[in-house]
Amino acid sequence: MGFEDTALLSRILTLMTLSFHILYATIGVGVPLMIMIAQWVGIKKKDDHYILMARRWARGFVITVAVGVVTGTIIGLQLSLLWPNFMQVAGNVIALPLFLETFAFFFEAIFLGIYLYTWDRFEDQRKHLLLLIPVALGAAASSVFITIVNAFMNAPQGFEMLNGQLINVQPLLAIFNPAMPTKVAHVVATAFMTCAFLLASIAALRILSGSKHVYHKKALYLMMKLGLVFSIATAIIGDFSGKYLAEYQPEKLAAAEWHFETEANAGLVMFGVLDGEEVKYAIRVPYALSILAHGTPGEEVTGLNELAENDVPIPPLWIHYLFDTMVTIGMSLAALSFVYVVAAWRGWSFIQAKWFRFLLLLGGPLALVAIEAGWWFTEVGRQPWILRGFMTTQEAATTSGNVDLMIILFGGLYIILGIGTIVVLTRMYRRNPVEQELAQRQEQKGGEQE
Amino acid sequence: MTLEILGIAVLWLFLFFYVIVGSIDFGAGFFNAYSAFTNKQHILTNIIQRYLSPVWEVTNVFFVFFFVGMIGFFPLTAYYYGTTLLVPASLALILLSIRGSYYAFATYGAKINHRGYIYMYGLSGLLLPASLSPVLAMSEGGFINMVNDSPQLDYWALFTSPLTWSIVVLSLTAVLYISAVFLTWYANKAGDEKATDLMRKYALVWAGPAIITATGIIFELRTHNAEHFARIMDLWWLFGISSLLFLGTVFLIWKRRKYGLAFILLVGQFFTAFFAYGISHYPYLLYPHLTIYDSFTNETMAISLIIAFVAGLGLLLPSLYLLFRLFLFDKDYVKGKSDYHA
Repeated sequence: MGFEDTALLSRILTLMTLSFHILYATIGVGVPLMIMIAQWVGIKKKDDHYILMARRWARGFVITVAVGVVTGTIIGLQLSLLWPNFMQVAGNVIALPLFLETFAFFFEAIFLGIYLYTWDRFEDQRKHLLLLIPVALGAAASSVFITIVNAFMNAPQGFEMLNGQLINVQPLLAIFNPAMPTKVAHVVATAFMTCAFLLASIAALRILSGSKHVYHKKALYLMMKLGLVFSIATAIIGDFSGKYLAEYQPEKLAAAEWHFETEANAGLVMFGVLDGEEVKYAIRVPYALSILAHGTPGEEVTGLNELAENDVPIPPLWIHYLFDTMVTIGMSLAALSFVYVVAAWRGWSFIQAKWFRFLLLLGGPLALVAIEAGWWFTEVGRQPWILRGFMTTQEAATTSGNVDLMIILFGGLYIILGIGTIVVLTRMYRRNPVEQELAQRQEQKGGEQE
Repeated sequence: MTLEILGIAVLWLFLFFYVIVGSIDFGAGFFNAYSAFTNKQHILTNIIQRYLSPVWEVTNVFFVFFFVGMIGFFPLTAYYYGTTLLVPASLALILLSIRGSYYAFATYGAKINHRGYIYMYGLSGLLLPASLSPVLAMSEGGFINMVNDSPQLDYWALFTSPLTWSIVVLSLTAVLYISAVFLTWYANKAGDEKATDLMRKYALVWAGPAIITATGIIFELRTHNAEHFARIMDLWWLFGISSLLFLGTVFLIWKRRKYGLAFILLVGQFFTAFFAYGISHYPYLLYPHLTIYDSFTNETMAISLIIAFVAGLGLLLPSLYLLFRLFLFDKDYVKGKSDYHA
């Protein structure tokens, strides 16, 4: 098998693994915070519903974490198996955050085990809640460290290449690369945002399928409030990401926006079709691209033609759709949660209508779609580079000839794991619905008082 | 001590931890499946639930730590081992997924305790060491050739080499032996006499094969890699200590005395043998292509990794202590008197 083939096959396998892993990873980063908030609200308000919420979410969470641990181990090792030449450079320059990530992972795994197996072991709920803090911190720290590595791939610095040798390596400079602040903030905020909408979706589903219990309404309201907070944060960070791209990776921004001519007062192109260099059927938001890139409408945004003249490799233009998908979903979810929170506050009743709850139900899956679109956008948008400016994806790939077989093997594995997760989660919650568990808890409490 | 040696010592130590905690995990799964097969189920199921479920993720991190640390300290290993290990490491990953998903789906979740799943979980516990251990054989040289400047694994040579198979057999017997000794102790602590007797029997059954296969490898090396063999002979006294510790464990298990001490002696036995093997392997990571010196990272990175390691250890050790205090040394928990699962 030729050199080119293995690079393509390696990309396909990495795409499969990451696309699958990122779902579990996002849940793994975001849900501990939601559990923490629910348990804390429960303790504050002395409301057993929120405590039970935390407990039930924790039960589901442990299953997704277990699969996430598995897929995380897979991608960790696959990086070296499929991209040995890249990992050799990465090992020399950006190994520090990778290494720190394993410690964060250790920390999270240890306290998750303890947290899960110590429910009701403490008289004081607050002590139990304390155990969750290292879980949430460890999970967030893992995502921070691993995103730093990805940021480094986009804006490598902290080393010099001399005749193929790496010299003058500065690990801290590599960590604090220009892509790092926006990327890390974006990944963490969207993980929180996605999980809020995901848990809200579940509550909406229960209400839609006929449950009248106030438990679901509490869950829904709490998660929509958090969803609003984190989608606003995401929008602000997104704006900064645009400015980062304009400064350091103009080709990615220009390709995402089908922006061909360098010009001021540039408009934002949404969707549409490309005919040569002509954009058809698109929605144009005037000045918006200039504002996204530089903060003011009058500023010039570098276009694809100028970049091509300067021999900057241009990423595939279809990333435009990925970018649009991500942004549209993000904005819609922000609007949805805003409407919900305002309406709930003013007591408007349309949010209890079936059609609106259906929108809430869609929120979680859409947020996951946005996560996928975002990662595909940033990864495809970096092509042809694996390490921008230094190493192409082609150069980085393995020379081993068995990648095709591995694609089939891992493809099968992900299908089984995906189906298994859904089956086990639905079965677990269906066998033990909230109403039943609340009734049991009441009984137990009654028994204790007597 | 040079940075290179410090780096490899840290990694080797974590690999050792993984060998011990991993063996307990793998072996327990196999014994569980075996008792299901002979209709003695539920003897071990409880123990697996109580000890392995909370700690398996931590076990897994030891493995991740090892390979991430390896890339960090010795980046050139990514090039040699990354290219050649695609198939065996992928198989190991699939097996690891079976185990992880068993915990997720069968013990945490809807309790899918289908027999087929129990067998798969048990079998993966044997196949996993069998798929990982050939890496040790590969490191002895003779199986990785440079073709057009890129390393290629010679599968035929690997699979027909007696060295490979002796290492595979050793990994299996060691897994079963380590696991059986640990579970004897754990079951005894839990006051479960039936399980203790069963595990004690297994421990005694597997003690012999474990020591015989371990000795066998040293003789295989004499023909396969004379240089390494000579260095092993220089360290004969370490292997001697290891053998004495082995005898101590077997004696205590045989006499039904101090199972805790027996397990500590076992850890000592494997520690001395594992490190004696590691020291004799020095300075090669892969005979004859790669040593710890020519694959080492730059000095700045090495120092920052070591600082990170020390800081990380400061967090890790107290947390591990807390974990083991709750799930290993808490009598009520071990005995199953209290169930606090979410």
